[in-house]
Amino acid sequence: MTRLLRAEWTKLRTVRGWVAGLVASSLLIVGLGLLFATASNSSCSQGPIEVPCPWPTLGPNGVAVDDRFYFVSQELNGNGFITARVTSMSGQIRLPDETPGVRNVVSGVVPWAKAGVMVKESAEPGAAYAAVMVTGAHGVRMQHDFTEDVAGGPEGASAGAPRWLRLTRAADTIIGEESRDGRTWTRIGTARLEGLPAKVRIGLFAASPGDVRVTRNPLGGSAAASRFTEVTAVMDQVGVRGVAPGGTWRRDDIGADVNPDGNVHHPGTHIRHGGTFAVTGTGDIAPNTHEGTIERALTGTLVALIVVIVVAVLFVTAEYRRGLIRTTLLASPRRGRVLVAKAAVVGAATFVAGLAATAVTIPVARGILRGNGIFTLPVSTLTEVRVIAGVAALLAVAAVLALALGALFRRSSMAVIVAILALVVPYVLATASILPDEASRWLLRLTPAAGFAIQQSIPEYAQVISHYAPASGYYPLPPWGGFAVLCAYAALALGLAVQRLNRRDA
Amino acid sequence: MEATIEVSGLRKRFGGTTALDGMTFSVLPGQVTGFVGPNGAGKSTTMRVVLGLDAPDEGRALVGGRPYRSLRRPLSHVGALLDAAALQPSRTARNHLLWLAHSQGLGARRVDEVLEQVGLATAARRRAGGYSLGMRQRLGIAAALLGDPPVLMLDEPFNGLDPEGIVWIRGFLRSLAAEGRAVLVSSHLMSELQDTAGHLVVVGRGRVVADVGVDELITSASRDRVTLRTGARSAAMSALARAGATVAAGERDALVVSGLPAGEIVRLLGAESVPFSEVSAHRATLEEAYLDLTRDAVEFRGAAR
Repeated sequence: MTRLLRAEWTKLRTVRGWVAGLVASSLLIVGLGLLFATASNSSCSQGPIEVPCPWPTLGPNGVAVDDRFYFVSQELNGNGFITARVTSMSGQIRLPDETPGVRNVVSGVVPWAKAGVMVKESAEPGAAYAAVMVTGAHGVRMQHDFTEDVAGGPEGASAGAPRWLRLTRAADTIIGEESRDGRTWTRIGTARLEGLPAKVRIGLFAASPGDVRVTRNPLGGSAAASRFTEVTAVMDQVGVRGVAPGGTWRRDDIGADVNPDGNVHHPGTHIRHGGTFAVTGTGDIAPNTHEGTIERALTGTLVALIVVIVVAVLFVTAEYRRGLIRTTLLASPRRGRVLVAKAAVVGAATFVAGLAATAVTIPVARGILRGNGIFTLPVSTLTEVRVIAGVAALLAVAAVLALALGALFRRSSMAVIVAILALVVPYVLATASILPDEASRWLLRLTPAAGFAIQQSIPEYAQVISHYAPASGYYPLPPWGGFAVLCAYAALALGLAVQRLNRRDA
Repeated sequence: MEATIEVSGLRKRFGGTTALDGMTFSVLPGQVTGFVGPNGAGKSTTMRVVLGLDAPDEGRALVGGRPYRSLRRPLSHVGALLDAAALQPSRTARNHLLWLAHSQGLGARRVDEVLEQVGLATAARRRAGGYSLGMRQRLGIAAALLGDPPVLMLDEPFNGLDPEGIVWIRGFLRSLAAEGRAVLVSSHLMSELQDTAGHLVVVGRGRVVADVGVDELITSASRDRVTLRTGARSAAMSALARAGATVAAGERDALVVSGLPAGEIVRLLGAESVPFSEVSAHRATLEEAYLDLTRDAVEFRGAAR
């Protein structure tokens, strides 16, 4: 096998056009990525003055987050707990104005409007927290540090059926519980907030994310729009243990924008009657899903893919065209191994070319974008490596698939067309906002283009409503799942090609 | 005798046409064996079956006692030239041989050796696409020689060569055979093999028509005919007829004698004091012998139908 691999590698590297093709695919990724980065710019203004754009908040684990809510809190020094009974949630949604100048506001609570009790490291946006809450349509939840979400009881709160919530802090461990009557408590979950200081904020909060509506456009695709909402939760029976006696409640519009006149944009409120609080807030406490991802710099992948397909197809069909395949089979009569060696060589060469490109493009593009005032959602090193190596692997496996198609059809034009129909066309259709979302998702589940899922760096969060469609970079299959679909197609095609080569006279 | 190529009972049909119809022969080392027959006689198919490219419907073909497809470094067992045009045009000749060498675990040094051997050393780094047909044939032979194999199979190596190239290839093949290799050369023109082949496997319609040494074939085709020139034709005729020969009158002073070797004729005429100016044994050309053979084969098949 080593001899075969060496022979096939010698074949690949000694045809200048093929080497040039692979190098070109690499340069296309780098070039288009950097072009995209340098051509992008962002500016923000405060009134008439241009100011640097606010940089998104980062959460305790480095994830970019939205941390915007209304917080009524006291200082907790050491251990303690907070209890509250949520008796109602109501809210309003601002729809597009029907009459210019007249606000079109309807009442309603969005599914992920949330209110309840919270322990937070500080009032700084992005500070660590844990909270137990009642939501608009997803029952009781315990959430912490933006990305973590555990479901409690499925019902919301109302005057007839209020929900008791309790959050207990013991060092850096926070326990969340719920109850129907304030006597029998059910544990929802436990959060560990590493390095939580002794002094933290403890209190009541309310937040209501934008009302995201997806509309179909006339072409068949869809577009999403988000509208301002706010929620008001009524909470009574509020009890806090562990705070200084007679401590005062502090009110914070966490993470709010400030208008040019110095006032908070869409401030929250709280009205207190004895032990009853009506807390009104807007915003969300959740991972940020609306900024740009690292993989957007890899726009050149699609063009590179076409070049790779052509090279991989020619790597085998050129032998059929010239009759060279017979020489190859004379030198290596075990035919299956010949194809496997060819696939391994073209795959490995493509992987190296792709990896060089993605490993350069992603960090350099991010740096250029940052210089142009554009934020890129940070991801863990592991995820970044997965995207960088994954896109290279996507190209490599696509090359194997194309090679197998070349060996099956023995004709360059046919094989290139089929490979493009299998990989490029479904991807373009699914991501170009021309098909209904569900049709796009099925394309990216069933066709080899599912492999593009490997480049998705930001996951879908169940607790964040967003337009999770292929057009916005969200794939229906998980990264490795989608990649596995592509691998399965490549393996199937290679298997058929080996079978055909073995059965037929050369 | 060392086993080289053994073909036994090969049958193969392509759709409705029978390509091989019980092809059986073996090739001996130390000589050039001509594999001759008209186009479509099954020469190329046989070679492809021997080389494991085509599968026979029946029968088997062995190289060095083993099926080709079981060989681990096949090019060190058999070197083959099937189609000299089978080249990637943008790859240089040297790189073409280099990947072949790598597939056999051989290095670049061996590549340079065979390039030298076939006289392509100076053109080695040129793209094969720019090669003339003659250069391609040389490159194909270089590829066949890479593994220094004891057996060589060349399919129509003379095709498209200029006279100089034909002379070169003949000499080259003879020298390869003189090194003790078995060399099987197919051709549809017997004349190309004149002075080259020591043995012939003549095929027609997918089977072997004759498997003979070249000398034996020519002798049998000559049929002991002797041309005699004499001024005393009638005396010579009666003397030879008495000795049992068949004598026919040729043009002018010539007689064609068969049934007696030339030496016996000279002795008889001397004893009878019949004057003669020339006694020449007729020697058939390879071409004539071949035409005789294939004519018979066609008649035989015609009768069998």
